[in-house]
Amino acid sequence: MKSRHKKLLLIAVVVLALGAVAALVLNAFQSNLVFFFSPTQVANGEAPMERAFRIGGLVEDGSLRREPDGVTAHFRITDTAKTIPVTYKGLLPDLFKEGKGVVAEGRMNTGGVFVAEQVLAKHDENYMPPEAASALEQAQKAQQTLVAPK
Amino acid sequence: MIPELGHFSLILALLLALVQGVLPLAGAARNNPAWMAVARPAARAQFLFVAIAFAALAYSFLIGDFSVVNVTRNSHSRLPEIYRFTATWGSHEGSMLLWTFILALWTVSVTLFSRHLPDDMVARVVGVMGLVSFGFLLFMLATSNPFLRMPMAMDGSDLNPLLQDPGMVVHPPILYMGYVGFSVAFAFAIAALLSGKLDASWARWSRPWTTAAWAFLTIGIMMGSWWAYYELGWGGWWFWDPVENASLMPWLVGTALIHSLAVTEKRGSFKAWTVFLAIGAFSLSLLGTFLVRSGVLSSVHSFATDPTRGLFILIFLASVIGSSLFLFAMRASKVGLGGRFALVSRESFLMVNNILLLTATGAVLLGTLYPLFLDALGLGKISVGPPYFNSVFVPLVTPLIFLAGIGPLARWKQVNVPELAHRLKWGFGASVVVALLLPLAQGDWQPMVALGCLLSLWLAVTAAIGVRARLRSGAGWSANFYGMHLAHLGVAVMVIGVTMVSNYQTERNMRMAVGETVTVKEYTFRFDGVTDVTGPNYTGSRGTLEVSENGKPFTTLHPEKRIYVASGMPFTESDIDYGFTRDLYVALGERLDDGAWSVRLFHKPFVVWIWIGAVLMALGGFMAITDRRYRISRKKEGAKA
Repeated sequence: MKSRHKKLLLIAVVVLALGAVAALVLNAFQSNLVFFFSPTQVANGEAPMERAFRIGGLVEDGSLRREPDGVTAHFRITDTAKTIPVTYKGLLPDLFKEGKGVVAEGRMNTGGVFVAEQVLAKHDENYMPPEAASALEQAQKAQQTLVAPK
Repeated sequence: MIPELGHFSLILALLLALVQGVLPLAGAARNNPAWMAVARPAARAQFLFVAIAFAALAYSFLIGDFSVVNVTRNSHSRLPEIYRFTATWGSHEGSMLLWTFILALWTVSVTLFSRHLPDDMVARVVGVMGLVSFGFLLFMLATSNPFLRMPMAMDGSDLNPLLQDPGMVVHPPILYMGYVGFSVAFAFAIAALLSGKLDASWARWSRPWTTAAWAFLTIGIMMGSWWAYYELGWGGWWFWDPVENASLMPWLVGTALIHSLAVTEKRGSFKAWTVFLAIGAFSLSLLGTFLVRSGVLSSVHSFATDPTRGLFILIFLASVIGSSLFLFAMRASKVGLGGRFALVSRESFLMVNNILLLTATGAVLLGTLYPLFLDALGLGKISVGPPYFNSVFVPLVTPLIFLAGIGPLARWKQVNVPELAHRLKWGFGASVVVALLLPLAQGDWQPMVALGCLLSLWLAVTAAIGVRARLRSGAGWSANFYGMHLAHLGVAVMVIGVTMVSNYQTERNMRMAVGETVTVKEYTFRFDGVTDVTGPNYTGSRGTLEVSENGKPFTTLHPEKRIYVASGMPFTESDIDYGFTRDLYVALGERLDDGAWSVRLFHKPFVVWIWIGAVLMALGGFMAITDRRYRISRKKEGAKA
């Protein structure tokens, strides 16, 4: 009888602990997911204003401008259909270049500027971040469907 | 000629792997000694041919044979010799060959150090490893032949600059020693399931192999982390990048496994669970290889994506995991239960250890795979970043480390709780007091720092209590016992490093004109401009920063910005002044107007403790392997046979 009680107690403790742990993990998971949006989606207001998200596409040619402090950069991310202005304070990655793919993580400010906390590097000259590639693809598809009915 | 020789050797190795995989297993099932005896020679012959293939590829890289596709894509005539050699495993094909080579190395080690094992056990272990090797060789020959030829190219397209680093000489082989080493634990587990003999001696055979693999993996991960720290130029030591997670998952399960094996060996309990963990650790190693090498993840480790490769690995993965779990389900119920234990006992502490480690693995798995699944199903792109992993890991690791202090002092079977509490109360009190005071020394009291210090001190104090008790009892040297405490001490050291650098690091990103100074803590950095620099296969700018400590000249740092000639890739080479209590880290950003540069500076307190801690953990593991127990049993059983 006593050992049965102990066993029940043990099982109860384990179940409780697992429940608590699962709650912890899932809660942390949900509150820290970062969603990806293309410039078109952001321009259409699909991106959340209140939480951080990722945006990807190409760095628009001629859009990069630096402030006199040398570390604050302004540029625009485009998916060829829509363009979103971005500002980032920090050193840009080695492979950041106008006309090349880029992914940035951050939030929209009230002025419609995306304030990046992180700008992600590619690891290879010929490599396009998958998020950026998909943003371009979607924009192209969207344009084609717009053209098609004519 | 040489590449063809390598290719041919791989084909022979494939055939030998098939023989090594089928005959001994069939022999063990039918109790046919002649077939079982094939295991050792087949494994050694397979090793020979894989080694020839590996040497052939290394030779092609060293002489720069640009008629081999693999060499052309990953090497260059002006690449320094050492990197031409490491480029051998810098590509997908080459890394698969390295994987297979290391698997063959482990298999040969098993054939050499298994004289004390029963013949059917050896036959089964070597057979299972032969089947794994067969899968990898088939994969290589079918989808990723490293010796593929093409019309002679003028020159190669160069190795990725990130990989042109001394760290890359050793990181991949050591990491693979760990990954692949779990195949031995896996093979032992499958052999035990097949034979139905799952007893304490099985655990004793399996333990040193598992600990060795775990120690190699620890060093391998530590090197990867250190490499990322100095080479990526961002100053981080862990990014929760999927590729890092892929190596962390087998490590977490491997850590659970070496603890669970201890229970199985000493008390005969947790048997089925131990087998399950052995299958899990190896499966996660395979999953890691798949994630990293198939191009599913975008990172420095992934290469050109080829869907047939991904599909092959996925099928291989599914058949290995599926068949071993099926076998496990069929046989596990026959394994039987071991010794009973009370609610509070060393067994129960180790059980909680395993639950926490597996939960952590599950959390990492979720965070790593969920975005991939969503993407594969076309449900949108998401990413899971460091905030998730940090918020999950802290609450899981805190009780884990706290119990790691108590566990080794607890008795098997049943703990006398008041007695244990009595032994620990002073240590606990002292740890709490010191942990509350220590952050004040940094002039900035933070609760997380106090927690980190508490965990670290607690581990150190309990280890001291354990060692003192052992010395007083007059018990002699035990490599196992001291190795364990050394590894736990390594955790304590690492916790200090992580705590300090996470809470007290200083980062400055700024524009620096020539002659301009900036002060971080007691260090003043003066930027003295850049000079041109030309390396063997790159050109660039080399900055000079004079560092003074409290006004006195201290050191000079030379960060570089390079452009690699063949690929045109720009690259930041940071410079670091390493120190026991802090690192000074400098990286160049971009050239601005009139000689000014954007510069990144870090003051990183205690960051080397992270890697020192990992090295201590691995040393503890290697020390435990030398335990006399593993050798005595060998002699005894040798005498019996």
